[in-house]
Amino acid sequence: MNALISTALSGVLMMFAGLFVKNKQSIKFVAIVALLICFAANLAELSTLQGESRTLYGMITVSSFSILFNAVAFGATLLYFMLSGSAFEKVGEHVSDYFALVFFILSGITLASSFSSLLMLFLAIEIISIPQYILAGSDKKSPKSSEASLKYFLMGSFSTGILLMGITLIYGASGSFLISELGIGDGAVSPLALCGVILIAFALSFKVSAAPFHFWTPDVYDGAPSVFTSFMATVVKAGSFIAFIRLFHGAFTGAISKDWQLLLALVTAATLIIGNFTAVFQQSVKRMLAYSSIAQAGFMLLSVIAFSDFAAKGIILYAAAYSVATIGIFAVLIKMKDYTFDGFNGLAKKEPLVAAVTTICLLSLAGIPLTAGFFAKYYVLTAAVQEGNLFWLVIIAVVCAAISVYYYFRVIMAMYFKSGEPGVEEMSGGFKALLVVTAAIVILLGVFPGLLLQFV
Amino acid sequence: MLTVLLILIPLVAGLLTFGLKGSGPKTVGLISSLASLAVTIAALFQFRTAPETLSHSCNWIPQLGATFSVGLDGMGMMLSLLTSISFVLIFIVINKREYDRANSFYALMLLSQAGLMGVFAAYDAMLFYFFWELALIPVYFLCSLWGGEKRIPVTFKFFVYTFAGSLLMLIGIIYIYLQTPEHSFSYASFTTAALPKETQSCLFWLFFVAFAIKMPIFPFHTWQPDTYEQSPTPVTMVLSGIMVKMGLFGVIRWLLPVLPQGAYVWSDVAIVLSIIGIVYASCIAIVQSDFKRLIAYSSIAHIGLMSAAIFANNEQSLQGVLVQFFNHGINIIGLWIIVEIIQDRLKVKSLNDLGGIAAYAPRMATFLVIISFANIALPLTNGFIGEFLMFSGLYQYNPWFMAVAGLGVILGAVYTLNMVQKVIFGQPNQLTETTTDLRGNEMLALSVIVAIILVLGVYPKPMLELVQSTTELVNKVY
Repeated sequence: MNALISTALSGVLMMFAGLFVKNKQSIKFVAIVALLICFAANLAELSTLQGESRTLYGMITVSSFSILFNAVAFGATLLYFMLSGSAFEKVGEHVSDYFALVFFILSGITLASSFSSLLMLFLAIEIISIPQYILAGSDKKSPKSSEASLKYFLMGSFSTGILLMGITLIYGASGSFLISELGIGDGAVSPLALCGVILIAFALSFKVSAAPFHFWTPDVYDGAPSVFTSFMATVVKAGSFIAFIRLFHGAFTGAISKDWQLLLALVTAATLIIGNFTAVFQQSVKRMLAYSSIAQAGFMLLSVIAFSDFAAKGIILYAAAYSVATIGIFAVLIKMKDYTFDGFNGLAKKEPLVAAVTTICLLSLAGIPLTAGFFAKYYVLTAAVQEGNLFWLVIIAVVCAAISVYYYFRVIMAMYFKSGEPGVEEMSGGFKALLVVTAAIVILLGVFPGLLLQFV
Repeated sequence: MLTVLLILIPLVAGLLTFGLKGSGPKTVGLISSLASLAVTIAALFQFRTAPETLSHSCNWIPQLGATFSVGLDGMGMMLSLLTSISFVLIFIVINKREYDRANSFYALMLLSQAGLMGVFAAYDAMLFYFFWELALIPVYFLCSLWGGEKRIPVTFKFFVYTFAGSLLMLIGIIYIYLQTPEHSFSYASFTTAALPKETQSCLFWLFFVAFAIKMPIFPFHTWQPDTYEQSPTPVTMVLSGIMVKMGLFGVIRWLLPVLPQGAYVWSDVAIVLSIIGIVYASCIAIVQSDFKRLIAYSSIAHIGLMSAAIFANNEQSLQGVLVQFFNHGINIIGLWIIVEIIQDRLKVKSLNDLGGIAAYAPRMATFLVIISFANIALPLTNGFIGEFLMFSGLYQYNPWFMAVAGLGVILGAVYTLNMVQKVIFGQPNQLTETTTDLRGNEMLALSVIVAIILVLGVYPKPMLELVQSTTELVNKVY
């Protein structure tokens, strides 16, 4: 609860900060302080928590799992604010409003990690989505940004409609919104409930950009200002996943799980294949990262399908590993003048440190050992292997992981093995120091994932 | 503790070297490799008196059941000896070369040594996988940054190939891990997992492909000649002398004991693939005119024989393989050193441009002849005993296999002698007349190699004793 209240209040605070604080650097500073307070408030709840705490007529259940996930999301956002917060100014005038929107998204994410009623799920998804429509269109002078916003809004509201319809059907089948009272997996599966589950699965697949519901992703991620793409592709996506996994592992278990498991397995396979294969053919690093986010979603979906101890741990580790690495790469990308692969030519000569950090982040996304991405992939793959009947999917995932090396390494090759004069903005010492911190986190989690997992 | 030191010394030295300038990297590289050699020799003595003190284990990821367990048995001991000797030799030979961005070059070389040592010492499947990948990454950068013209696509192919193989192995490791009762990655629980036969025969392929790509054996070998050709020669030495052993080592350490029945079911297939590789690679080697590619193909043929002998899996063949691990490494590094010297002096790679070097560089010619003889396993050289044992073991398994594999020896003599003839005998041309003979450091490195060749050729007993514990252990499991 602390996390939800503090992020919502911080959002309001940021809106007012725009009125009273004129210096843009100070606004960023206020946002970072507010986020630190949210982070502390969230962790403070851990000390008083005994098992689970239910509030709001049982519609919200806070557990150590949700607190840990919030901590990961806040931590990643903190890194994001510090690395890319200054880039907010370049998007438009209303810097404080952008920060406020990010805080509102965060409060949606905290709701997603602790809902125990379908109504709260709906609210969480909407609170996450609506600020994103605005952020996507925040660069008002760019037609691409407006197009992205409109596209995202239309498609997003359509999928929200489907989500709502699914919830309605499930309510019709079970007579309750509370997860604990649904009981649709006990005994024979009613067709009504099954339709509801499938509709919800589709709607959430849209939110996490799983194929074949992924068509909005490249256009929106490419059109939106890079600094916001960075956030949308990482923390927000992880937030949608936590809703996905909590709902399907919490409510749709038992007899009904057999029915949606195969469906989602097919969705996962399609996501992995489409995401990875299409990323290979991209010419722009930003668009490649958009497809890579689809591909990574495929891996995260593995943990949704697999019921096991590893799945929950896996999604937290994956969220952390993927978010940190992608935020690091985007922070560098924002500083580049040319977003194509050729734009990175010779970066290693000009900015050896920045190139090294980018390499480490890319290796993490590819899942090479010694980086956090390896254990993230390891956990979701283990979860899927343990499931037993998903071996075919595991093989597809592994082949796709090998393909992903191709497009991640294209950036590394451009930076190190090709010569060129890359156009880069001036980078401050503080920014570089933060990049080193990012790389350190990636490697630390890659050698000792226990640091994070001991809390799960 | 000595085992941990063997990994730590190159690791720390490597990380240090990134920050050095001038002649610092060279010095650190040489000191670190000599220190590793000293520690290996110390470990060798300890291995004779108290082998259990070489094992070390501590917690790593308790949530997963992964431990940091390292240790050295006879095989590990020998491979670490090979690794440390090879790196000393390599650093001696390249001592006079000036590399662009020398600090990164030496740092990556040392990091690859750390990765290799980790692979040979790991007694925990997770740790093994970790080092297996880690050894690859520095080599990828070494080849891509300092290699030949086509280096980028070639090394990329190499990377993707081996990475895909490793991922398959990872799936295998995960599967076995989930089957172990206490969910552990330790060597002991892997070897006692006792999976059903059908499962083993499926899992076999997940591991086998990973190892086969690394060795490489037919039909997974296509990355290898290109990579050897394009890599800078010191890296080729690491690749062909030591890294290929990773695949063979993996089969002996992890595949045979963990999946004995799987290996039993598929051993014929594996041997046939290996033998096809021997004949095929030897034939291609005969028609090669590129010096580096010729040695690359000859390496495929030698590795094919070792892999066939491993899957024949009797005591003699395994002894032969283990002895050959060391000897093949030393011999092929010797050949590469000579290639490196010729390339450095004459800047050509084609055999047709060479000839008559014997008159201008008699010492180099002598060394080349001796090393070439060792490479075709003539008696009195170190290669003989290993090949003899392997053929004898293969014969016990199936005489026909031995007969076909034996073709490799004849073909091997053809291409090796052909190469020797083209390089050092015949008419000198304008270019080869400019050859100068060996310098001090090259002389030193090659003398060490020839000394090893001759001593072990006459008196192989210490090597055989060293690996005895491993061959006995493997056979017990089988």
